[in-house]
Parts: sequence; C-alpha cells; structure tokens
Amino acid sequence: MRYHPLTAEDRAAMLAKIGASSIDALFRDVPKSAVVPLSTFDLPDTKGELEVDRLMSKLAAKNTAAGSVPFFCGAGAYKHHVPSAVDHLIQRSEFLTSYTPYQPEIAQGTLQYMFEFQTQVALLTGMEVANASLYDGSTATAEAVLMAQRVTRRPKAILSGGLHPHYSETVETVAGLSGKVVRAPVTPGSAEDIPAMIDNETACVVVQSPDVFGMIRDLKPIAEAAHAKGALLIAVVTEVMSLGLIEPPGHQGADIVAAEGQSIGNGLNFGGPYVGLFATREKFLRQMPGRLCGETVDATGKRGYVLTLSTREQHIRRDKATSNICTNSGLCCLAFTIHLSLLGEEGLIRVARVNHATASNLADKLTKISGVSLVTSSFFNEFTIKLPKPAAGVVDALAARNIIAGVPVSRLLPHDESVRDLLIVAATETCTDDDIDAFAKGLSEVLS
Amino acid sequence: MTMNNQGRPTAPGTIESNELPTISGDRGLDHEEGLIFELGRKGMTSVDVPDVQMAETRLGGQRRKGAIGLPGLSEPEVVRHYVRLSRMNYAIDAGLYPLGSCTMKHNPRLNEKMARLPGFGDLHPLAPQSTTQGALELISELMKWLTTLTGMPAVAMSPKAGAHGELCGLLAIRAAIEARGEKRPRILVPESAHGTNPATAAFAGFVVDEVPGTKDGHVDVAALKAKLGPDVAAIMLTNPNTCGLFEPQIIEMADAVHAAGAYFYCDGANFNAIAGRVRPGDLGVDAMHINLHKTFSTPHGGGGPGAGPVVLSERLAPYAPLPLLVHDAKGFRYVEDRADVPKDAAPFGRMCAFHGQMGMFTRALTYMLSHGRDGVRQASEDAVLSANYILASLKDVMSAPFGDGPCMHEALFDDSFLDGTGVTTLDFAKAMIDEGYHPMTMYFPLVVHGAMLIEPTESESKESIDRFIHVLRTMALEAKAGKRERFEGAPRLAPRRRLDETAAARKPILRWKPKEMPQAAE
Repeated sequence: MRYHPLTAEDRAAMLAKIGASSIDALFRDVPKSAVVPLSTFDLPDTKGELEVDRLMSKLAAKNTAAGSVPFFCGAGAYKHHVPSAVDHLIQRSEFLTSYTPYQPEIAQGTLQYMFEFQTQVALLTGMEVANASLYDGSTATAEAVLMAQRVTRRPKAILSGGLHPHYSETVETVAGLSGKVVRAPVTPGSAEDIPAMIDNETACVVVQSPDVFGMIRDLKPIAEAAHAKGALLIAVVTEVMSLGLIEPPGHQGADIVAAEGQSIGNGLNFGGPYVGLFATREKFLRQMPGRLCGETVDATGKRGYVLTLSTREQHIRRDKATSNICTNSGLCCLAFTIHLSLLGEEGLIRVARVNHATASNLADKLTKISGVSLVTSSFFNEFTIKLPKPAAGVVDALAARNIIAGVPVSRLLPHDESVRDLLIVAATETCTDDDIDAFAKGLSEVLS
Repeated sequence: MTMNNQGRPTAPGTIESNELPTISGDRGLDHEEGLIFELGRKGMTSVDVPDVQMAETRLGGQRRKGAIGLPGLSEPEVVRHYVRLSRMNYAIDAGLYPLGSCTMKHNPRLNEKMARLPGFGDLHPLAPQSTTQGALELISELMKWLTTLTGMPAVAMSPKAGAHGELCGLLAIRAAIEARGEKRPRILVPESAHGTNPATAAFAGFVVDEVPGTKDGHVDVAALKAKLGPDVAAIMLTNPNTCGLFEPQIIEMADAVHAAGAYFYCDGANFNAIAGRVRPGDLGVDAMHINLHKTFSTPHGGGGPGAGPVVLSERLAPYAPLPLLVHDAKGFRYVEDRADVPKDAAPFGRMCAFHGQMGMFTRALTYMLSHGRDGVRQASEDAVLSANYILASLKDVMSAPFGDGPCMHEALFDDSFLDGTGVTTLDFAKAMIDEGYHPMTMYFPLVVHGAMLIEPTESESKESIDRFIHVLRTMALEAKAGKRERFEGAPRLAPRRRLDETAAARKPILRWKPKEMPQAAE
C-alpha cells in the first residue's frame, strides 16, 4: 500500500525488538470475541490512485457544478470568484499538514494568520474583538445565543423570522436545552415587530441582515429596544461580502456578530467546511467561546503570537468551559484571510458593488416577466421574488433546462403555505449578462 | 540506522555564533515578517474588478459610511507574505509529528485533488437534489464504510468536528431517555478523558461525575459499577483510552451500563488503533464519533476544519439529527424537515446549517477507497506496531507508567525518569524542537505525572522511527547525566524562543490596531 512505509522485514524486526510473537500479541487486551476477520467487512480491497481517481470523478460527473451553468443559489452559501493564489497557498504543506498551534515556537505561521484573521473580522464587522473562527455561521449563531444567556443570566432568545431556518433549528437544538427559544413570525419583505417581543426574561434577539430573503434590516432600533430591556443584540450575517457595501452591525449597536465567512476564500463545497465568524465587545471577552490568538514576546523580546485566554476552553476548564469547541476552522479561516488580503479595502468594495449592480440588473429583468414581483425592496446581492405558481416546481423545470434558478423558500420552510411561491435568487460577480438573459428567458418560458 | 550529520548544529557553542545579528534581521531562509496591516497601502488590490459606480442603490439606506481599514496589496506581496508565514510552521510533511491522541498521519494529495473536483467543490448545498445525485451517492457510500467498519447500523453525518460529534451523540442519548419518559441527569466520565468529554456533557445539560482509574491505566470497573444508577444517562469512554491502552473489560462495562438503563458513548478519537480489526458495535457501543481528520486522514490544517460523523446503535438511530439521507426508486434525497421524516424517526434537531463537512467526506472516502479494508487494517496494525516499538526502545531510559504490557497506537511515558535532573517535561519536549521534531503531547492524560504521549502513526518508515528513538534516548541519557544545557531555555533554533504566555493572557492584545488607536484591554 503506497502510504505505508514499513516492509515485511521491518515489521518482523520491530516485533523482535518488542519481544512479541505476532501483531495479534499486541492486541492481547482486546476480548477474543471482538476480534473479527477481514472478511467480516463487506468492503473492497486497496486500489491504486488512478482507479480511485476514476471512481471519484465518475461520482463528481453526476453533479451539476455551479460554474457550469447559469447559477443563482444563495440562502446562506454563495458562489464567488476566489483568486487562484488562495487555494495554492492554503495547500502549502506547512499550513495544510500542521496541527493546532499549541507549540508556538514552531507555529508562528498559523498563529500570525489567526491574529490577522481576528483583526480582519473585527474591522469588517465593526466590532472590538473576534475569535479565531468557529465551525460555520449556524453554529456561531448558536454559540452567540449561549454566550448571551451566560452574560445576561436570562433564558430567552428571540429569533427573527428572517433568520435562516437552518440557523433557527440549530439554535433551538443547542440553546433550547437550558433556555427558551422563541421564533418571531416569518414576514418576507418586511420587518416583524421584534421590539414588542422583548421582555425582562430576554437574553438576546437574533436578527440576520441581509435576512434570509435578502432584505437589509435596520438593526439600530432593535439594538436600542434590546438594550433598554437589558438584552443583547446578536447580528447574523450569512453573506459577508455584503459588509463591503453596507453598514457593519458593530456600528448599529450589535453586541455579538455571528457570521458565515464562506463567501470570502471558500468554495461552496456542498455545505462545508465553512468558517464561522464570531465578534463581540471587549467587555464580553471572557465569556467568548472558541480559540483566541494573542500577541506577546519571546524570551529575546521578539514579537510573537500564542493561543491565549485558554482558561475559557475545554482542555483546561473541562466541564466549566464556555463551550466544548476544540477546533477552529483553521484552513478555511486561512483561506478567508488570504482572500481578504488580496481584495484589500478597494477590492472588497468593488466586488461588493459589482454584486449589488448584478443583482439589481437581474431583479429588474425578472420582474419584467408577467406575474413575477419583487418581495424584498432592499437587498445586497440576493432578493426574493414571488412567482405565479409554486417555486419548487419552477426551479425543477429550470434545472431540467440547465439553469439553477435559486432556492425555493419551500426548501427551507416546506410546510408554510404562505411562502410556497417565493424564490430566493442570488447574483454575484460570477454571473454574466448571458447567465441573466438565460434565466429571464427560461423563467418566462416556464411560467407561460 | 542513518543519522543526518548535515542537519542543524546543536552544540551550544554553535548556537552562540548563530546568534550573530544580521543587517536585515532575517537569517538565511528564515525571514521575519510583519503583519499584513503593516505592509499594505491605500488603493492597491490584487483583484482586478470593474469599478462600477452606482448613483442609486437599493440598500435600504444602510450603505456603509466610512472606511473599513483593510490594507491593499498586490498579488506578489500577498503571496510572499503567506509563503513566509508558512515557513515558520512545523508540518507532518516536513517531519515526524508524534502528537499523542492527535494522529498526525500522512495526508495523501489525491484526497485534496478529489475534493476540488468541480462536481464536489463547486456544488451548492441547496441546489436542486436532481443536480446533486453524485454528492448524495458519495455520502451514502461513506456512510456504508463507516457503519461497516464500526459494526453499527446508523450514522449521523452532519457534526463538524469531534467535539460537535460528541454533542450530537449526547443529544441523541438525551432524546432517547426523554422518549422513555425518564430523567437521567448524570454522565460518567473517566478522569483520563479528553477535555471535550466533560465539556460536552456539561454543554448538553448533564452533570459530570468522574470515574477513577486503576494503577495500570484502565478504568476502575468496580468504581464505575458503584456509580451506576437510575440517574445515570451514559458513560463517555475513550477506547483505546487516552493512556494508549485498550480497556480489557470493555464488554463487561458496556453490559453493566446497559443493565443500568444507561447508554455507552465511546469517544472515537483512537479508532485508528483498531479500525479493520475490531468493531465498536461488537463492544456494546451506542454512539461514537469518528474524527475523519484522525483515522481517515483529512488534513488537520493548523487546527481545522475537522469532521465528526457519529455512528449510532439501533436504540439511538431513530433520534439522529436532520437532515436524513434516504434512497428510494427516485434516487437519493435529503429529508430536511421534521414533518417529512420516515415513520420510525424522531430527530432530536439539527446540528448545523446544510449537511456537514462535504469537503472532508470526499477526502475520507478517497482515503478509504485507496486503502481498502485491507489497507485500513494494515494502517491500524502498523500504527500499533510502531508505537510498541518506540515503547520497547525507550522504556529503559524513559519511564513508562504502564510499561509492562503492549500499548495500542500511542506510547505513554511519565516524568519520573527526569526526577532530580532539574529538567521538566516541558524542557524535554521543547528541546525536541531543536532536534527537528515537533514535541509529543505533554501533560495529557492528566492521570499521569508530567505525561508524554507519543503517537508515531503508520506513516513513518523504520529508519525515521529509529532516528527519532536515537534522539530521544540520547536526550534522556544526557538529562540523567546532568547535562542540562540542551534543555534550559529550549528551543534555541526555532523561529521564536519560548513565548510569554502569561503576559499574553494578562493584558490581551487580540488584534492589530493602527498607531493612533489605543489598545483597549488595559
């Protein structure tokens, strides 16, 4: 087997040194009844690289890659152009095949990019501090709710109806254990009255902007209402590219920002791995979950970086830890850092503007089709349209024409009749004029 | 045995001369590198995008006011910056990485290539399922490998890391207990457990009760049995355990746990010792996460991303979280809503958005197909053989607390061989850095004083292991002979000397700030 360097002679020599008669002797603590022969496993035997490549490629060919067709899906995962340098750099052995930087003397590369990442996330969200990433946006949101429950010592979380339904379910699963999670009504294209729902039991309100339908929310009045009652505002961002163009939550009074960072540096990957961004106010630092990298000096006075404040974490605090999380999204966080460094301020703002302009153009073209109306009056690169018939069927019909038209709201809320005809459509810098024309033409044909 | 005599000099005298300052501050191939924020300038970007001017926007009055504060750099500058940073890292590709319990094995590059096929890498999680059949088939195939290798009937694929898998397993257990109309608040965790175990139990709303170990590194079965009762939900047990030993009474423990009406959660971090030889299902396990980044070699990536699918027993399978993958005449499809699940299913909820770490699934399945069942078994055997070889070769000069019998995939030493030398476990481990090695896992498991846990994995050649043994033997003998120079203040030859972690925690500086902004933490 090409990955195993030991030869039969090596194995024999090693067994001799150990003084064991056979490999089986090394497994002597395993109960006899639990040792099974290889034939027990109904699985194939070893294969060469070429053969595996063929098998996997055959599976991959059964899928329709986003880049191969006019493509308009968003709803929490976005297709952006990631510069070639990103994937090249993250595949350097020293990044790809290193462990968590617990030995800082030989892990400054990882630690320094984590420090850069934390800075970038703080700047982008308008917050004071950020951690070195969590698994993804949805788990970051759940962690944010738990943190708000710790900070306020209150049980209740109010989730906006505009929060991605998968995020709501994730929060309910985790934060519903010890607290109470209440969902506000789903009101596509308008803001539900969240301030009216806040009471003295409320630990936090969770509001996504742009929301799952694409609408940009005004967070300020919600932050004021929450703070007046001693609750925190958790702002959720699933399309982090939007922060190149819209006011960051930190400037609107958010206490915690939980975001999905996939759009920057990371491919769609059928849903993961992604990178959860988590930022907050300095005063909540010690209640924050996840890894943190801090600046320090070495014994000769040289600047360097270390993992810090680990007394919050599981490997030190065990059952008293702020979270059970043990990893960050390492390589995805690096991809984010490199892509954002390549973009820089100017590049990010330009790409964000192209996104908004492309989506505006698409919205105008689609709403010219009879029976199609725009549900979200404000948006960044994603909006919701109402169709004259159920959106799921329309998406399937367009898929048959090799157009991936977007995400029907019924995919996320399958049993809500009121959203049956709604379609969430995203357009990024990767959409060409031809893609947009093909979509508009296809949609008008499918609807006629 | 071949020794590399052309390696870095390690004699103290040479260290002094090596510290002669250079004009640039760089040293040969070792470059100092500032933060990206100290390098850039305004207006520059590495990305050529049209400059679209928008007179009018539809941003709902929320257009960003003011600058973000990001630096601008050209592509060559960004590439050089991150290449220079990368060179400050140790990596498995560059050398033996003996971190016990972390499993730093070779990461085949085919796996990286396969994960990047556009049909997998460029696939949207909510694209119409008719356009993602190959991806769903891949997940189904991986599920088959995982359930077959573990002898368990079901697997939840969405957990994003080992600790996330632990949470998933405990939530399934919690749901099963609630479905029985019972309340069982307590979870038993051996004191040798990974820190994530008690943290997860507390996170999932349970009270943690520690089970002591025996003098020979196993769980104290009598103590465990004494703690079982109608208020115990589960035991969380790592097997092979964190001392690198297989629990010989594992089946007896599982039976006792089940007889008490509780569940057996197994931390699968060490599955790589037994995969292809032993099926956790045969040991009575009810739930076990599998760290795909350990046993199935998806890259550690400097601390993530991982993936932690959880195999489940018949009794827990109905409570697996959404989404559920089903296969029928129409093909594969994900059931994503509670209202649509099959008759017997009662999912406890959802672990995350979408369906889990697909990028890791692709890599893990590629690894499995390459290895085959025979290769998986060989990997486990070689990992165990190599660890035992290290144990046998070092136990006369280092001290193995449970050294009489064979170990599994990792060899555990304590610091009693350093008694009276003035050298600590930390000094010993840091001195390994100067020898070109990443230190072993230190001070874990907590049940052993000054623990040093060495896991060579199946990826090392005998020559490589022999060289490593020679270095550690020599170090141990020097320490015992009172030659402390090598250890004091080590490492000396790394990009940085020991870093001040106390100062970092006392006055945290967690981000770069422009000069005019004060650091707010004080």
